[in-house]
Amino acid sequence: MSSELETTQNPERLKRVVIEPLTRVEGHGKVTLLQDENQHIKQARLHITEFRGFEKFIQGRPYWELPVLVQRLCGICPVSHHLAAAKACDMIVGVTELSPTAEKIRRLMHFGQMLQSHALHFFHLCSPDLLFGFDDDIRHRNIVGVIEDHPEIAKQGVMLRKYGQEVIHVTAGKRIHGTGAIPGGVNKSLSNDEIKYLKRDIDQVIDWAQGAVELIKLIFFEHYDYHLSFATIDSNMLSLVRNDGAFEIYHGGLRAKDVNGNTIFDHVDCNRYGEYIREGVKNWSYMKFPFITSIGQDDGWYRVGPLARVNNCDFFTTPLAEKEREEFIGIGGGQPVQSTLAFHWARLIELLHCTEAIAELLDDSDLYGKALLNKGELQSSGIGVIEAPRGTLFHQYEINDDGLVEKANLIVSTTNNNQAMNESIRKVANQYLDGNQLTEALLNQVEVAIRAYDPCLSCATHAMGKMPLQINLVNEKDELLDCLEKRVTGDINRTV
Amino acid sequence: MNDAVPEKKLKLATAALCGCFGCHMSLLDIDERILKLVELVEFDRTPLTDIKAVGNCDIGLIEGGVANTENVEVLRDFRRHCKILVAFGACAVNGCIPAMRNQFDLQDCLQEVYLDGIGVENPHIPDDPEIPLLLDKVHPVHEVVKIDYFLPGCPPSADTIWIFLNKLIAGEAITFPYSLIHYD
Repeated sequence: MSSELETTQNPERLKRVVIEPLTRVEGHGKVTLLQDENQHIKQARLHITEFRGFEKFIQGRPYWELPVLVQRLCGICPVSHHLAAAKACDMIVGVTELSPTAEKIRRLMHFGQMLQSHALHFFHLCSPDLLFGFDDDIRHRNIVGVIEDHPEIAKQGVMLRKYGQEVIHVTAGKRIHGTGAIPGGVNKSLSNDEIKYLKRDIDQVIDWAQGAVELIKLIFFEHYDYHLSFATIDSNMLSLVRNDGAFEIYHGGLRAKDVNGNTIFDHVDCNRYGEYIREGVKNWSYMKFPFITSIGQDDGWYRVGPLARVNNCDFFTTPLAEKEREEFIGIGGGQPVQSTLAFHWARLIELLHCTEAIAELLDDSDLYGKALLNKGELQSSGIGVIEAPRGTLFHQYEINDDGLVEKANLIVSTTNNNQAMNESIRKVANQYLDGNQLTEALLNQVEVAIRAYDPCLSCATHAMGKMPLQINLVNEKDELLDCLEKRVTGDINRTV
Repeated sequence: MNDAVPEKKLKLATAALCGCFGCHMSLLDIDERILKLVELVEFDRTPLTDIKAVGNCDIGLIEGGVANTENVEVLRDFRRHCKILVAFGACAVNGCIPAMRNQFDLQDCLQEVYLDGIGVENPHIPDDPEIPLLLDKVHPVHEVVKIDYFLPGCPPSADTIWIFLNKLIAGEAITFPYSLIHYD
């Protein structure tokens, strides 16, 4: 596990190449590469320029706002934040077990979200790279190109995502930023008509999902060695699993495996995550760098998300996905599959599982149930951990006697992959860029590596050119609204 | 209209500043209507294409408020290049959730996250020149550039976006059915 290329000694003498904004990822980030006169890469960094300060500004808000407030962290996977916060709030209101109806409605919502998010990522964002090649024309290498050249694939992608969004719509009232989960349960169950509506298309959706898995396998095996080695790094893997080791995304224990697939820890109670994971800070990114405490910051980083989940779990509960998992695991030959591009394959196996799981749930009469809410004694803290589409998501809140938030900690899924994404772009830099004149096609390979992780960097944007040391914000009448300057010490000061 | 002469497609660019990307997701929630949309417009810089710098466009949609120096630059660049610029969703219109930090001192926000947070190792506040300076407050986009249309909603619904774009492209006055006029 190397971190060479993270920091060079004399950056001022090197040529700086920047890729910004990163495109076809959700949200924003940028990559900087420093090259010497012989075009050797000396430093490669993925910078996350996002900072919103949720942990601070939710202080003083009532706990029951959290599920709708913190889901605004992310419009791509709002359900994950909605449910992680709701789970933390369950603890706060002293509810240790939800009614069967409430738990199943939440699970259905979560499967819908995983389905829509995975479909979006594969079809809308990544399929252009995989169908056209990493060096395809820049004006063609996008979803419009897919619509023109492969209309049937594009349509299936759009419809898969639509179905997932409709599951969310029915369970949460709105496709984006809904209100279904509340502390201690949910605010509605499903009607006959709603279940009929979702059942109408589910068989077709499962067919399309199977087609998606076949498509990614075709792509993977067509250039097998390349897919195995591109941006591939050896890493630890972290995910939730069910008590019996089954694939689980709503509630389970934490499992971490090392590079060789040996267990680091297993079935850890999520409420104790703080004993197992800490976060480091680096001055060049607003995103922190989590690591497994017992191994330490240098080697304790890990990957989360589909690759980690499919590697870590012992089996899927649904037959089609389990069959696909067996084939997937087979290419590792007894070791975890470390191929970064295998993220796509694992993601689509999960997508297939979600469609099967939705079909199963739609036959469950608990979805009509009337017992929506459980109650208990108010507690002073709550922790909610969930597998979001991009990986393990941690929410922790402490409240005061008035029920107002006093302290919060959020480790979002993509943050867990921070070091891994950095390692992957350094691998690409070494593999393909080092010693070369950097072309657009070569730079796209850096982005292809990042896209495999499906990072959600929502919120930040990027400067064109050099960062000013002083910034004035004026309105169209040239009136100064804000002025900030950054001193040599790194202190940021407001001077108006 | 003469079918033999295809009309030139209008150019559409979009950007997300300080928001959650939900408005862009709501744009994709037009679902299969996207197949029609690409017949009406050509995408320039958007998070869906690999065009990194915005070119001359007819319509620009801006999601998110203005929270850092790069937001200011991107927004101004869009204003320079787009004939019509739209504040797209609640954060662009009024700052929305990210603007909740305006009631706190920025230094306190950074301190909470990077110095006093739970489980933080090696605490310090990121300050590399490669990451953008934060503004003291989060601003709605119209405080920085002139805005032609405001489309509220968190996010605006797919139907709202669809009607808006179609009427705009057709050169008609923008009107919505009553059921679509709301702010959540």
